[in-house]
Amino acid sequence: MPDTNLPRRMTGHGEVIETSAPIGDAMKTTTCYMCACRCGIKVHLKDGRVRYIEGNPDHPVNRGVLCGKGSAGIMTQYAPSRLRAPLKRVGPRGSGEFAEISWDEAMEIATGWLKAVRETDPKRLAFFTGRDQSQSLTGFWAAQFGTPNFAAHGGFCSVNMAAAGLYTVGGSFWEFGEPDWEHAKYFVMFGVAEDHDSNPIKIGLGQLKARGAKFVSVNPVRTGYSAIADEWVGIRPGTDGLFIMALIHELLRTDRVDLDFLVRYTNAHWLVVRNPGGADDGLFARDADGKPLAWDRARGAMDAATPEMQPAIVGEHVLPDGRTAVPVFQLMAERYLSRDYAPDAVAERCGVPAATIRRLATEIADIAFKHTVTIEQPWTDTLGRRHERMVGRPVSFHAMRGISAHSNGFHTCRALHLLQMILGAVDVPGSWRYKSPFPRPIPPGPGPAGKGAKPNTPLAGNILAFPHGPDDLLVHDDGSPIRVDKAFSWDAPLALHGMMHTVIGNAGAGDPYEIDTLFMFMANMAWNSAMNPGEVIRCLTETKEDGSYRIPHVIYSDAYFSETVPYADLILPDTTYLERWDCISLLDRPIGNAHGPGDAIRQPVIQPDRDVRGFQEVLIELGARLGLPAFVKEDGSPRFKDYPDYIVNHQRMPGVGPLAGFRGEDGTKKGVGEPNKDQLQRYIENGCFWKHHLPPEQLYFKHANRAYLDDAKAMGLIGKADQIVLQIYSEPLQKFRLAAQGHGAKQPPDAATRARIATYCDPLPIWYAPLEQQGHDTAPFPLSAVTQRPMEHYHSWGSQNAWLRQIKGANKLYMHRLTAHKLGLAQDDWVWVESRNGRVKGQLALMDGVNPDTVWTWNAIGKRAGAWNLSPDSPEATRGFLLNHAISEWLPAQVADARRFANADPVTGQAAWYDLRVRVTKCAADEIPVTDPHPEALQRPPGLAAAPSIVREPGA
Amino acid sequence: MTELPPPSAKKLGLVIDLDTCVGCQACATNCKEWNTGGHLGPLPDLHAYSAGAEGVWFNRVHSYEAGEGEAGRTVHFPRSCLHCETPACVTVCPTGASYKRAEDGIVLVNTDTCIGCGLCAWACPYGAREMDEDEGVMKKCTLCVDRIYNETIPEPQRQPACVITCPVGARHFGDLGDPTSKVSRLVAERGGYDLMPEMGYAPVNKYLPPREKPAMKPASLEEAAPTPLDIRNPLLRWLDRALSR
Amino acid sequence: MNPAPSIVLFTTASGAGYGLLFWLGLLRALGLVPASPAFGLMALLLALLLITFGLLSSLKHLGRPERAWRALSQWRSSWLSREGVAALATYVPAGLLFLALLLGNAPLAMLTGLLAAAGAVATVWCTGMIYASLRTVRQWHHPMVPWGYLVFAGFCGAALLAPLAALWGQARIPAIIAALLGAGAIALKRAYWDSIDAPKPAAAPTIESATGLGRIGATRPLDPPHTEQTWLTREMSFRVARAHRVKLRRLTLTGFALATVLALFALPLPGALAALLLVPAAAIACAAILAERWLMFAEATHTVSLYYSGDA
Ligand SMILES: Nc1nc2c(c(=O)[nH]1)N[C@H]1C(S)=C(S)[C@@H](COP(=O)(O)OP(=O)(O)OC[C@H]3O[C@@H](n4cnc5c(=O)[nH]c(N)nc54)[C@H](O)[C@@H]3O)O[C@H]1N2
Ligand SMILES: Nc1nc2c(c(=O)[nH]1)N[C@H]1C(S)=C(S)[C@@H](COP(=O)(O)OP(=O)(O)OC[C@H]3O[C@@H](n4cnc5c(=O)[nH]c(N)nc54)[C@H](O)[C@@H]3O)O[C@H]1N2
Ligand code: SF4
Ligand code: SF4
Ligand code: SF4
Ligand code: SF4
Ligand code: SF4
Ligand SMILES: [Mo]
Repeated sequence: MPDTNLPRRMTGHGEVIETSAPIGDAMKTTTCYMCACRCGIKVHLKDGRVRYIEGNPDHPVNRGVLCGKGSAGIMTQYAPSRLRAPLKRVGPRGSGEFAEISWDEAMEIATGWLKAVRETDPKRLAFFTGRDQSQSLTGFWAAQFGTPNFAAHGGFCSVNMAAAGLYTVGGSFWEFGEPDWEHAKYFVMFGVAEDHDSNPIKIGLGQLKARGAKFVSVNPVRTGYSAIADEWVGIRPGTDGLFIMALIHELLRTDRVDLDFLVRYTNAHWLVVRNPGGADDGLFARDADGKPLAWDRARGAMDAATPEMQPAIVGEHVLPDGRTAVPVFQLMAERYLSRDYAPDAVAERCGVPAATIRRLATEIADIAFKHTVTIEQPWTDTLGRRHERMVGRPVSFHAMRGISAHSNGFHTCRALHLLQMILGAVDVPGSWRYKSPFPRPIPPGPGPAGKGAKPNTPLAGNILAFPHGPDDLLVHDDGSPIRVDKAFSWDAPLALHGMMHTVIGNAGAGDPYEIDTLFMFMANMAWNSAMNPGEVIRCLTETKEDGSYRIPHVIYSDAYFSETVPYADLILPDTTYLERWDCISLLDRPIGNAHGPGDAIRQPVIQPDRDVRGFQEVLIELGARLGLPAFVKEDGSPRFKDYPDYIVNHQRMPGVGPLAGFRGEDGTKKGVGEPNKDQLQRYIENGCFWKHHLPPEQLYFKHANRAYLDDAKAMGLIGKADQIVLQIYSEPLQKFRLAAQGHGAKQPPDAATRARIATYCDPLPIWYAPLEQQGHDTAPFPLSAVTQRPMEHYHSWGSQNAWLRQIKGANKLYMHRLTAHKLGLAQDDWVWVESRNGRVKGQLALMDGVNPDTVWTWNAIGKRAGAWNLSPDSPEATRGFLLNHAISEWLPAQVADARRFANADPVTGQAAWYDLRVRVTKCAADEIPVTDPHPEALQRPPGLAAAPSIVREPGA
Repeated sequence: MTELPPPSAKKLGLVIDLDTCVGCQACATNCKEWNTGGHLGPLPDLHAYSAGAEGVWFNRVHSYEAGEGEAGRTVHFPRSCLHCETPACVTVCPTGASYKRAEDGIVLVNTDTCIGCGLCAWACPYGAREMDEDEGVMKKCTLCVDRIYNETIPEPQRQPACVITCPVGARHFGDLGDPTSKVSRLVAERGGYDLMPEMGYAPVNKYLPPREKPAMKPASLEEAAPTPLDIRNPLLRWLDRALSR
Repeated sequence: MNPAPSIVLFTTASGAGYGLLFWLGLLRALGLVPASPAFGLMALLLALLLITFGLLSSLKHLGRPERAWRALSQWRSSWLSREGVAALATYVPAGLLFLALLLGNAPLAMLTGLLAAAGAVATVWCTGMIYASLRTVRQWHHPMVPWGYLVFAGFCGAALLAPLAALWGQARIPAIIAALLGAGAIALKRAYWDSIDAPKPAAAPTIESATGLGRIGATRPLDPPHTEQTWLTREMSFRVARAHRVKLRRLTLTGFALATVLALFALPLPGALAALLLVPAAAIACAAILAERWLMFAEATHTVSLYYSGDA
């Protein structure tokens, strides 16, 4: 690059340029938290202020790059909306009347409320932690407290992806897997605007493009990643399942199926009992030890895991006990070969021509079967067989909320995994790969904790875990839900991440019961994470006859003046990501990738200039004050001095703690080892992360790779080193269905629930019209309405950042040019977006790259006036609009007395944001050009100074 | 002197790949962050937290739609100074504050002598000049002159902030005067082009066009395996398939 | 382009001032206006006042007016610098003319008058060339633009000189000039508008060439980089509404015509009576030029708008 020996140069018109000035006077590494991607950053400081944040080139997540948000972190650090001290509500909820109080007082108030709950009925605490990156601590704390009512934001986020993946392939898209960016020759992305893997996806797309691989994006909107796709498939929202099943249909029809892969690595050959009406119908045929059976062509029924057997994949077989059974493959093939899934049958509904579907199937098959990738690397499988090389089918898939945020998303995502399996494209070179610590057993671990909650008693186990069947559900004997959000109940048996979107509504309605304290962290529930903000605000402010609030206590920890702050009774102001310790743990959402597991920390790089405390610190102290067993010593004194002390010394199981790196007294152990008092120092020296690089023989086939599984077990990533057999046919789902058909001790309580479970707990992927659209007349609402994340904003909190809000200060409703023409609408027209539930006013923008039956807008750009310390005339509050006002958290009632089901996936409880149907009409000429609903402006809390009108140097 | 120096052998500049730019705005915010504390900083923001917020940015990312139907594309398009070879932004400057460096062609503003007349901005076809209304002087992309020569920065990072941060690798920096440089070769291979060549400013920065779809000519599945759906039982073909675990 | 009041005022006032100075210097030398030093002093003072007011007003447009002196340095390449140099240089003969008139030194007055007239022409030409040299603004990068500046300055200068001369009963020549230039201004402006209203030449930049995306097809902006206005969009993408433009054009031409007619009507009238018509004529001419100057900006489109609106 440019050469110079002169540090200072005279150039141009006599100007002296300092070309070699040091960036700052100090540099510290830490982990970015402008989003959940967890990139490594180097923070340069000058005179105690942040001067420049750059990507850490050594970091495995981002390898030196930063996104648009990460690069603007400096302006979030210095945002004038940062809360300054604990606040106690002194006026009515929502009035914004607060008094600043000391931390001592705040802790006393919180302890008082929580102690009373714990001593009487711990489930009356609902602890929901939103966009939490410390769930291994918060979940553990909740279990110690003894309430089953804990979850983070996953239920309204992407649990469909997590659940479908974990119950099918033992990993998932989203955060537990990634495409083989180095080898894929064909990459299909479904419904992704940005995702959590923000920078890795961008780096990967750059790599794909450089190699000339083909990139197909299936998305109703052609922006962002879809814009650089070689082919854009502008699908109609909610129909991906049909589209994928049509691809499967084509592959089956033309026998382009990797049968070897199927019988080696999936349950394709496992036998399913055929006994219509019987209690065992649809369950796997098993031997006396419970091992699933397959049919060997020579020897008949035998352990499906037997090496070298010749399994039959079709045919009806009579088991030794006389029952008949058919292989999974046959059930699968029968279903998807049906004409219902032929391209011609789905084309119209998907908005994708049949010829395109056929061509895509052809291209995928061609790459998978004729352009294999071979890596000359021997490996050994779980049966002890050595393979000389790794041969892969270089077709990769990735999917996220475009599939996930629909009420049919669980099955659609399972269908996509099925497509991967029949192509033999799971963790092979060129395909989608597991990110360590995945794969995990299917499903992983025991069922969720939460039964038998008692005063002053911790719950044993994980609150968010994996039901294997009806017995694991959190329901009372009468079938009613144990959890206030109804997760793990018959309403949503696989609600692995809880259902944060129903908590406030349920608590407000006392359905299934009322709660005492709502304790939230980092979730803007009164605005963008509510499916219907007006209703959430109503529940939060609703009083009983005696004038007391229906939800008596609300504690909230935010770092900024968000829309939710005014609705809490007690505010525990958090630090910013540059001011605190954090732990990005293998027990929660680590930073592993296909090359190996990893985890990371945040260290404080600057001192807070306000009276704020890290939430984790506060939680640990609350734990001690409440006497939660794991947080106090025998004598009742606090067990942990502070959060770093917890990170280093807490052990979940012997040798297993929050951080997996540098364990053992000398810091040489990985995964399992005694606590190391220098552990954090070692992380800091290493750039605030730890990464274990898998040896080349462990890089693929992890689900059946002997060396990988043994090492993963040794490191504590998995409990057993057995082969993880991918599940085309899901037995746990069939168990729920059998219960709905009247078998077993635990059954759905009423007809409506019974019907739902029987229909939607199908053990093979199905497609159905989104529930919201089944439940009401959609004819008056002809358009689908979805949102997309803007790459440079993170949900609601980008707008307090003076730079990011210049890029997007307001959002418009995007519509296809031809659709607008038909509706007589023009660019920049003010329009009403009306759904069955409500309406919201915004401005129109026209484009070509959108499905003609779909409208969309940027997520969470619209803000409530006054929030975030923005002046009420800001574009965010006047022209920006929040689509959530038109969404409902409940499905349309079908009959007058129908019980209320969440507007969610019936299997996982995933909020169905993108099932929304709307009509768009032009505002009357006399309607003012300001968004509507436009709730009154929020008052700045005490202590928060008015924002400056000009920013010269950040933080100055 | 606002007369242009004789053309330099070295022409430092950027090559921006429109085929891979996803419009993430990283180059824009990272540029702002580097430069607000850098040679031409600060880059102030007016009305920062109210209506009418606007600030000084050296790099702004547009998006466009081009073409119709199947051939249509959405293109994200970052726009910053192109460090033109014959830039009128320099020659119109009455004070000499605007200049083009003889040694590497970087176009800069000396904010100690600029009077903030705005004429150079009028003269720039590309909208690459940014008035700092707070300080009353003109500013612009410096090509990160305080990074690319900075010996306190590790060698591989001595590149413009927008380049090292771009997550998809859509931005490249180098000497476009050297036909053998990586950037020159990229331009040659990918058909890199000038913006508004008809203006005669001879931009040094180049843009790489969105590529054609990769050619895929797989044999049709029909020919490969004709299995008409209406045969009585399509499953039969798997009945005798010998598979081994 | 944004019609910044400081610039609109500046070019109008200093244009009028230089026009006045020009005709004073020239016509005095030719003996076509009153030779009275009082007349000369009065006209000169008015001219210098207008020029100085204009120049000061132009300083207001600068971000750093205290550094304005630096603008004199780049006369070898910059028309703005040249304008500054010419403007300042013109003060020398104008100042000497003032002295000469005061001292009654006729030869010196004649010489400095001519020099000042030359300076005035040079300055106004430079002003015109500032705009005409910008390839980025199609409506400015036009051969009629610098001539327009000269004609309008001359028109306004003559229109101002005429009422002053009328006080001495010798308004005839300046009034004739004003009328002639008024008619010329109308013709020029109409020709200019015809020319800029004509379809853009094929070689003119388009959004397709500005982005290079024409190779894919017709190009349309989807989203701007920033959702709110910025200095760039306010400065370069200001555009007067079509209806407004038509009205203003009509107003400008009417003003020119009215001033011309008034000047013509004043021709047969003696002295002070003529002034009764010539004063409003001068005022109307100046006002019309103010409108013209405003339009000159508001009608101009910068290539930058191609990036924002797709059109320029
Ligand atoms: N229409 C529509 N709505 C949606 C979605 C959609 O696609 N469309 N997506 C949904 C999804 S997937 C999600 S995850 C949610 C996200 O929505 P939310 O969960 O509301 O997430 P955020 O807006 O990121 O902000 C959460 C809160 O965290 C606060 N915060 C930020 N940093 C810190 C910190 O360091 N400490 C503390 N204590 N607080 C902090 C912010 O100020 C903010 O108030 O939105 C959901 N809502
Ligand atoms: N910059 C930024 N990054 C973020 C976030 C953020 O707020 N900002 N939020 C984080 C969070 S919490 C989450 S959950 C992830 C979510 O990451 P993404 O999954 O990328 O999130 P969305 O923006 O919801 O994108 C959904 C995409 O699916 C498309 N879509 C909608 N319906 C359908 C459909 O039926 N079929 C198909 N094929 N596509 C459809 C939409 O057009 C959109 O492009 O992003 C994370 N990363
Ligand atoms: S993707 Fe961006 S915001 Fe998210 S962690 Fe990485 S740099 Fe930070
Ligand atoms: S950083 Fe790269 S991908 Fe992002 S907008 Fe800039 S050039 Fe495009
Ligand atoms: S892009 Fe504009 S500012 Fe940059 S050198 Fe060219 S003309 Fe000058
Ligand atoms: S604004 Fe400054 S740099 Fe630009 S022309 Fe005027 S003096 Fe020169
Ligand atoms: S080269 Fe530097 S100054 Fe120029 S756009 Fe890139 S980051 Fe900004
Ligand atoms: Mo999310």
